[in-house]
Amino acid sequence: MVTLKELTTEELFTSGHRLCAGCGAGTVARMTLKALRGPTIAVNATGCLEVSSTIYPFTSWKIPWVHVAFENAAAVASGIESAYKALAKRNAWDKHVDIIAFAGDGGTFDIGIQALSGALERGHDFLYICYDNEAYMNTGIQRSGATPHGAATTTSPAGTKIPGKPEFKKDLIGICAAHGIEFAATASPAYWNDYITKVRRGLEVEGPAVIHVYSPCPLGMRHDSEKSIELARLAVQTRYWPVYEVEKGKYKLNIKVPKPKPVVDYLKPQGRFRHLFTPQFQHELDVIQHWVDENWKRITALCGEA
Amino acid sequence: MSRVMGLTGDEAIAYAVKQSNVDVVAAYPITPQTIIVEAFSEYVHNGEVNTEFVCVESEHSAMSACIGSSLTGARVFTASSSQGLALMHEMLYIASGLRCPIVMGVANRALSAPINIHGDHSDMMGSRDCGWIQIYGENAQEAYDWTLQAFRIAEDSNVLLPVTVNIDGFILSHSLEGVEVLEDGDAARFLSTRKPVLTIDPSKPITVGALCLTDYYFEMKCQQAEALKETPKAIDQVSREYESLTGRRYSFIETYGLEDAQAAILCLGSTAGTAKAVAKNLRSRGKKVGVIKPWLYRPFPAKEIVKAAENLEALAVLDRACSFGALYGALGNDVVSALYQEGKKLNVFNVVYGLGGRDIAPFDIEAIFKEALEVAETGLVKEPLKFVGVRE
Repeated sequence: MVTLKELTTEELFTSGHRLCAGCGAGTVARMTLKALRGPTIAVNATGCLEVSSTIYPFTSWKIPWVHVAFENAAAVASGIESAYKALAKRNAWDKHVDIIAFAGDGGTFDIGIQALSGALERGHDFLYICYDNEAYMNTGIQRSGATPHGAATTTSPAGTKIPGKPEFKKDLIGICAAHGIEFAATASPAYWNDYITKVRRGLEVEGPAVIHVYSPCPLGMRHDSEKSIELARLAVQTRYWPVYEVEKGKYKLNIKVPKPKPVVDYLKPQGRFRHLFTPQFQHELDVIQHWVDENWKRITALCGEA
Repeated sequence: MSRVMGLTGDEAIAYAVKQSNVDVVAAYPITPQTIIVEAFSEYVHNGEVNTEFVCVESEHSAMSACIGSSLTGARVFTASSSQGLALMHEMLYIASGLRCPIVMGVANRALSAPINIHGDHSDMMGSRDCGWIQIYGENAQEAYDWTLQAFRIAEDSNVLLPVTVNIDGFILSHSLEGVEVLEDGDAARFLSTRKPVLTIDPSKPITVGALCLTDYYFEMKCQQAEALKETPKAIDQVSREYESLTGRRYSFIETYGLEDAQAAILCLGSTAGTAKAVAKNLRSRGKKVGVIKPWLYRPFPAKEIVKAAENLEALAVLDRACSFGALYGALGNDVVSALYQEGKKLNVFNVVYGLGGRDIAPFDIEAIFKEALEVAETGLVKEPLKFVGVRE
């Protein structure tokens, strides 16, 4: 674990960006750049972080930053990494450059999964960070493959017949780890030293690494903006968001939750789950609690903690 | 010094890429382009090149990786065809919008549906407005020559735009021809290594691909349009230098028999070879016919074409792609617009031919010449747009 003293005081992701108050993506970006170890290039998929941090002619990024499109952050990172290798071969470049790709859950779970899978299989040396706010928040809160069961979005509304999204969330880290990459992990911005340590680890490994970090969204999850980090902590303490890592195929639980709070403590502060707290749909709360319990069992079993 | 090798159109492009000291090739297989990446893979696996070869999982990622590499300052190549080009359509606009020098070999092929693997120009014409410099070669020699020149053109500090070198699928991509190639040393002197203007260098951080809204987007697009319009200067300069090295003179268009022609055919790629052969035959029988072959399709060499056509009385423009619902095919539209803009009254008719690889035979071309001569005599265009070679 890193300590505060070890972190750079330099702000490489500067203030003045136009992310919402309480947005997890800005916190994630800032903390990520605190973990850098040398020359670094950021690649950003289309999404909230991209549109809000680089409105021309302004930029929040004090490191080279590239945005190409929505679904291809991992492919662009592949190209940059390959170019540095080629330049080094002909003695046109002599420093190691770290490459970090940032993408939201839409750009990772859905439209970007192919480019990510390809880059992981090819083994490019880069760190991929998915900041997961659990829906297409940039386009106005549409459901994604990362949206949890029961959540209301503009394409999975809380209807009178169908109460929010019927499907469950994909297991992103399971998918990434199945590529046999050296390091994959989940994280929550409420546990900053765990997150920053993982970013550094992800940069250190040779080859691809993936971090899946929870990213609260006051607008889309409909919670108070001053409660973002509190919500990010509740997600972990209710076992909704297990914090673990997979290094060389070995699962390890990083944050133990021996006395979990009920998942309703996490759901209640969020407007996207409000419709579940009605007599008609409250049985869905049990469905979500059951999913949390089963998922926790599965992850802790993989971690050898069961 | 030069020597002759037996190469298919695809192999000729791969060989030119080998001699171009390319840093990164990111590509995905698709017929009829596949030979390019296969041949290049052999160079990589036999240690004949130092290139980083990225075997991506789709054409979309191929172009995405090329953009990343180009922004880093590398010399970059890819190749595609048909559905693959259509899949990377989104990225084509970003490559030119971010002013990325990239060279792409395109073995032109029909677009689905129905699926068809053979040659026509539907793929590139579907992306003609993507902001790339677009070149069409007539044979394997031209494919080789233009590929070498394309790197110089794309990377010229006054250009900084991507370039496609198009060859007809199968007709050129898979046909073996004698190709005069440069010695490696001469090619290396002609190309040297890329001297990038602005890169994503960590010691001088820049932001690339920012969000530009109503206040800046329009100006940037106008600058891009201006940049593409200005590229003929660099193309001309590179071609002159290439001529001094090889003796082969390239320009924006090639003409045949126009000194006294009444009627002519204007077409792209390999069909121009057939058209020249038929014109030669007809001319020996006293028919005053000629051929205009644009090498450069974008930016469109309007002035050169209008000048070439100044003494013509009729012109048949041949399109190997269908522009559904339009008055003419893409090339037809461009030629008619060019003539109108220059105030030149010329009777033009447009022929759509060869879709899905349907052969265009000398007798088809001869019939088109005869119709053009008839139009020249009568001054009447009976059918402004017709399909030739299709069964009734």
